[in-house]
Amino acid sequence: MKVLSRIYMFLIFGMLYAPIIVLVLFSFNRSGSFNNYSEFSLYWYRELFRDSTALDALKNSLILAVLSSVIATLIGTLAAYGISRMRNKYVKTAITSVTNIPMMNPDIVTGVSMMLLFAAAAAIPFLTVEMGFWTMLIAHTTFNLPYVVLSVLPKFKQMDKHLTEAALDLGCTPAKTFLKVELPFIMPGVVSGLMLGFTLSLDDFVISHFVSSSDFKTLPLYVYNQTAHEVKFSMYALCALMVFAILLLMILVNFVGSGDNKTKKKKKKTT
Amino acid sequence: MRKKTFLEKAAAVPHIVWIIMFIAAPLLFVIYFAFTDANGGFTFSNILNLSNYGEIFLRSVLFALIATVVCLLLGYPLAFCMSRLKPSTQKVLILLLMLPMWISLLIRTYSLLALLDNGGLLNSLLIKLNLPAVKIVGTRGAVILGMVYDFLPYMVLPIYTTLSKLDIRYFEAAEDLGCSRIATIFKVALPLSKGGIISGITMVFVPSISTFYISQKLGGGIFDLIGDTIERQFLLNNNKNVGAAISLVMMILILISVAVMNRFGDDDGGEIIV
Repeated sequence: MKVLSRIYMFLIFGMLYAPIIVLVLFSFNRSGSFNNYSEFSLYWYRELFRDSTALDALKNSLILAVLSSVIATLIGTLAAYGISRMRNKYVKTAITSVTNIPMMNPDIVTGVSMMLLFAAAAAIPFLTVEMGFWTMLIAHTTFNLPYVVLSVLPKFKQMDKHLTEAALDLGCTPAKTFLKVELPFIMPGVVSGLMLGFTLSLDDFVISHFVSSSDFKTLPLYVYNQTAHEVKFSMYALCALMVFAILLLMILVNFVGSGDNKTKKKKKKTT
Repeated sequence: MRKKTFLEKAAAVPHIVWIIMFIAAPLLFVIYFAFTDANGGFTFSNILNLSNYGEIFLRSVLFALIATVVCLLLGYPLAFCMSRLKPSTQKVLILLLMLPMWISLLIRTYSLLALLDNGGLLNSLLIKLNLPAVKIVGTRGAVILGMVYDFLPYMVLPIYTTLSKLDIRYFEAAEDLGCSRIATIFKVALPLSKGGIISGITMVFVPSISTFYISQKLGGGIFDLIGDTIERQFLLNNNKNVGAAISLVMMILILISVAVMNRFGDDDGGEIIV
């Protein structure tokens, strides 16, 4: 039974990783074909970096991911604060349900609905709406919002209400109470919401596909365009680079995370 | 009860304005466009004409269902095996499972294409061995395979989470009381992990039924799904009204199936893992 389950796990993980490993291996193949592995070379990587649109797309992706996740975190954290203080249950449920819609809906419907909104807004006189950076920023912020609210709201619920009251009683202004008492407590939720939004924005293709123009392309849109017609080995190089970056990030996050835990444990022991 | 401060009252206002403008209003526009013609007049014809797309709807539902069932059949045993391992091994395997989830869907689908395409690695190897090449890309199987490959981790992870929280003594008790290994899985593990199964099914079914990249790449453009049709109506044919009608129907279809799914399960297991 044990051997059988080992073999089974090995097979499934093999299936999950085989295509990715093939792609990474052949991105180093000079001949650019699957027929022969001529020599190990970085030729396709050089080809990739010769293409300035790829670098532009990377830059756009990063700008968009940073801006949209920061804006969503600001709005969403404040929203979670407001929602946690609401006394009317129905208003609360209504707001959280509308917030969660982009999470439940298939991405294509979210993308299409945004596109319709922008198309309708373009019909309003004196308002110029063009697909591009701003529409992308709005769309990305919108689909990041539910994830921020979802990770911050529970933190407010866990918090002891008396702490806030004590701070207010002792003469803190509401704004100061928020910054000095509440914000430090909910910080882990805020950070995970921010990170989640950042990665979702970097990764998004479907929604961007409907609200973008050719002037402002993100990396996934660039990959989509490049893979539309023919197989390009420089795309394998790009994909391999992304896989490496994600791998590195994951190792870093886990390494740093576990390191933190260890130091915390040590501190507890010494005290 | 103390009075609410101004900050507490005003904090959610920007968010409320934002979600009304950019979540609620866009959906109302979907409904509006679905029931109007190109000149803005009210009409039912978009919805009524959807019978032309019956075959596509049927195919999408069928493909997504098959992919979901295959994911469940492959994923459940995997999640079960993983939850029985040493904690340190579990941690590594979970990372290995999550890594593909962070890699863009485009890249994963494209890498599958590199492996299976007519000029891909598999066929190159077959030809070298003097074996006949196999045509995989451009078949129904390839599209379903693509869905399974892309979304399998989304099935495994929620099931694994519920299984790993279960008290191991349940299984020991069942076995002590004379249950066979297999019966333990079916009578103890399966009912207790219903919540995980249901969120896994939702997380595979919804993206499968609405995908368009997978069917474009691996289906060779022959097997149109709902996603392809919506994309084409909006970006190529510029027929927003029909596109909106199809989107609306798909959305309702998904809402109903998710609601039915949640009926099956208890309310406790609906965790969302990203």
